[in-house]
Amino acid sequence: MPSAGFLKESSLPQYLRKEQDRIETVARESGLDFFPTVFEILSYDRLNEIAAYGGFPTRYPHWRFGMEYERLSKSYEYGLSKIYEMVINTNPAIAYLLEGNSLTDQKLVMCHVYGHVDFFKNNFTFRSTDLDTFGQWIPTQPQSGSGYTPNRRWIDKMANHGSVVRRLSARHGVENIETFIDACLSLENLIDPHGAFVRRSEPEPPKKTSFEEEAPQLVEPEVPRLRSKSYMENFINPEEIMRSERERMKKEAAEKKEKFPKEPRKDVLQFLIESAPLEKWERSVLTIIRDEAHYFLPQMQTKIMNEGWASYHHSKLMTTKIADWGDIIEYADNNAGVMATSGRNLNPYKLGVELFRHIEERWDKGQFGRQWDECDDLDERRHWDLRLGLGKKKIFEVRAHYNDVTFLDEFLTPEFASEQGMFNFEWSERRGGFEIATREFNKVKQKLLGQLTNAGNPMIRVLDANFGNRGELLLEHEHHGVDLRVDYAERVLEALVRVWKRPVLVATSVDDKAMHLRFDGREHSRVAVS
Amino acid sequence: MDTSSRASSSWQIARERSHLIGRACGQKFKHSCYDEIREEVPLSLGRFRLPPGSRRSCSSLEIRARRSRGGASVSLKVDRDHTRFRDIVRGRIRKGLRDYISHGEMIGRKGKDTVSIPIPHIDVPRFTFDERGQGGVGQGEGRPGDPVGDPQPGNGGGEAGQGQGDHVLEVDISLDELADILGEELELPNIEEKGKSRILSSKDKYSGIRQVGPEALRHFKRTYKEALKRAISTGSYDKNNPLIVPRREDKRYRSWREDEQAVANAVIIYMMDVSGSMGDEQKEIVRLESFWIDTWLRKQYDGIESRFIIHDAAAREVDRDTFFHTRESGGTMISSAYNLACEIIEKNYPTSEWNIYPFHFSDGDNWSSDDTSYCIKLLREKLIPASNMFAYGQVHSPYGSGQFIKDLREHLRDEEKLVLSQIADRDAIVESLKEFLGKGR
Repeated sequence: MPSAGFLKESSLPQYLRKEQDRIETVARESGLDFFPTVFEILSYDRLNEIAAYGGFPTRYPHWRFGMEYERLSKSYEYGLSKIYEMVINTNPAIAYLLEGNSLTDQKLVMCHVYGHVDFFKNNFTFRSTDLDTFGQWIPTQPQSGSGYTPNRRWIDKMANHGSVVRRLSARHGVENIETFIDACLSLENLIDPHGAFVRRSEPEPPKKTSFEEEAPQLVEPEVPRLRSKSYMENFINPEEIMRSERERMKKEAAEKKEKFPKEPRKDVLQFLIESAPLEKWERSVLTIIRDEAHYFLPQMQTKIMNEGWASYHHSKLMTTKIADWGDIIEYADNNAGVMATSGRNLNPYKLGVELFRHIEERWDKGQFGRQWDECDDLDERRHWDLRLGLGKKKIFEVRAHYNDVTFLDEFLTPEFASEQGMFNFEWSERRGGFEIATREFNKVKQKLLGQLTNAGNPMIRVLDANFGNRGELLLEHEHHGVDLRVDYAERVLEALVRVWKRPVLVATSVDDKAMHLRFDGREHSRVAVS
Repeated sequence: MDTSSRASSSWQIARERSHLIGRACGQKFKHSCYDEIREEVPLSLGRFRLPPGSRRSCSSLEIRARRSRGGASVSLKVDRDHTRFRDIVRGRIRKGLRDYISHGEMIGRKGKDTVSIPIPHIDVPRFTFDERGQGGVGQGEGRPGDPVGDPQPGNGGGEAGQGQGDHVLEVDISLDELADILGEELELPNIEEKGKSRILSSKDKYSGIRQVGPEALRHFKRTYKEALKRAISTGSYDKNNPLIVPRREDKRYRSWREDEQAVANAVIIYMMDVSGSMGDEQKEIVRLESFWIDTWLRKQYDGIESRFIIHDAAAREVDRDTFFHTRESGGTMISSAYNLACEIIEKNYPTSEWNIYPFHFSDGDNWSSDDTSYCIKLLREKLIPASNMFAYGQVHSPYGSGQFIKDLREHLRDEEKLVLSQIADRDAIVESLKEFLGKGR
């Protein structure tokens, strides 16, 4: 922590440092538990640059950061939007302020940042970004308090990635490396969001020598018998059934032995790193992409909660302790801008903060549990108040143990949805645009959860790495009612072939017809499957 | 302990100052800005809040100063990636990716006009859902069946206008960039202006807010907001009688700066033969060719004017639209156009101040050899001396004899400023552009 203290002193002008100290104290008093936080003040072009790099001043070189930078700086220069705040999940946490913002804005941003840092530290999903346990199994139990000081030096890690890529570019040519990175980025979302929290079965025993492998298996599979008295044995477990059963099991076992991977693998990237015929440099690039994807994943899984939590606290801190009278109008103006909703944009800030407040109110008034659920007298429900005052405790619990999916699944109520005016929209061919489809609670909730599941990505897993005994890779898309975007899927297949170096197929269904999309390195084909 | 902390804080101030001085260099009007910020440092030691006005005006100045430098202030790490992305967009590297560029745009506002800002974008393909099949959840008013608009860009506070609009732009890069590409592709030299100084005119432009100014420029909304802030913070605000009386210190005024604008000092005179033998295809070739010439010369000169002359047996001046869409019939007297061009130059464009570029397109079928020799005389004595370059483009047509270019070649061989080019078909346009613009005049 002394290093954090030094940074704190050296990176901010005095008047902001004073504010920071004050806000930090107030935030801690209100129950927030955060990593040490360093604020840096940046000019708009530096801020845009860092934002383009996803918050990190050093990343590996790639054109898409330049693309992002162009978008950000154009939209800033034309006055469409500006970045007020950026905070990255590291320990100590680093937050950037925009030079030239008014003091009110800076205070608002600092309050917001402490909300985020508390969330980074306490929410369980972010534990998968602890570098000291990175890649290992993590218990879902969140940790907190001053005793929890994980290694989250992602700035260093990202910088290391940068130097690896730069070194590889020097050796193998910028074009080569960049093309390969492009292919890897197409696969970036093929990771298992819950991977870090699943305890795997025992690691596979070291591979036997080929000699052992070829040795025939002598043990006959044991067919389970139904219990019977001995004189009934021949009737209850007749010999011919037992024999056919034994054959079946033998065949199954043989199939299973041949099948690789044995079980479908959700973490496609990890599978490729382990099993694809990659050059050494290709493997290190792919590993970098996977590690970084895992770093950003928790933020995608908790977008609504995270923004909601930070907004909840910035408004609480600003309106109770931090804002002076002179700040109020500007604060209200900006806050309203952040909370604005419009049409197809479901604003995560707004939805999150309202839901946290809703939960707090319900637990303050005791609107939960069996009695509440079973009460269908509307009037009674409206005036239900047991004065339990459990709200604060509850929301702090919620921020630790939930992600967006479970958060909405458990706490989104019909009352809340209608209060917030939530609706489903669908594409209308007739109109040639989107239109409101329904406001029915169950449908809205289902759609919302569906979109958040797997961080909004289709569920793709590796089914067979030796499809048709030709070394082809078969992936499976678990179809839940929404088709894949086929033109994109085809380009992803191209990227997969680049990595797998053999034909790749994905089993999905298009317009209700089950089929394999296949790419063999030269052309795409679709094979209908029954 | 105490001394060390004091030392570090004074170092802090010193650092900040040098930082500010560094930033203050370079721009004249920055002085005022610098003074204001310098005040801010000692103030922040004693009092903790600054008058909001001073801070704001300084920050807006700050931004303007940087922008006027064209954003090329500091070199950034991202510059390398940015250049690489621009190169991909221009198709210079990674040509395969170029097929996947989509042209999004952001809708901005410039005064009352809506402007669209093109943003080239390359999607990284991933396994994703078909957006139309998917639909989604939104928030707001409306009944089932009502349309849902596109997400408003820039409304989401911290987030930039994410997601591209559904509109597709025809031109995804500015004409300036287009000219750059043209220049690079054809290896065109930049034009050297021949000692003719640029003419600048200055124009005032409202661009900021100040605390002093004439009443006529008072900014009502800002003034009201300041007054409201003051009323609330001093407790004199009464919500039952929300009367706000602005005081002197609440008032905010528009402020302006001078914009220097280059005034045209180059003119292109387009002349086209519209006689019966020039068909639609020929005109299309002329149109394409003059678009590129226009683009290139506009890049070279800050302000540029264009004049259009059409002729058959007689010549007249027309506007751009007519120029490209008129079809006349009848004979051809090229001298009529040259005469008119001379008149225009004499009347409006004194050669000492103007860079003059006459371009003439025809199928080369003049009425008589007498007229041709009159043309040659006009060129030699008047038009060529007045111009930076005189360009004649002969479009191939099935009816014309194509004699004119041969005559010019024969009689005006020694004229350096005369550029001749034959354009057989559309594919020949590029070569012809190179002939026209390759001399750097």
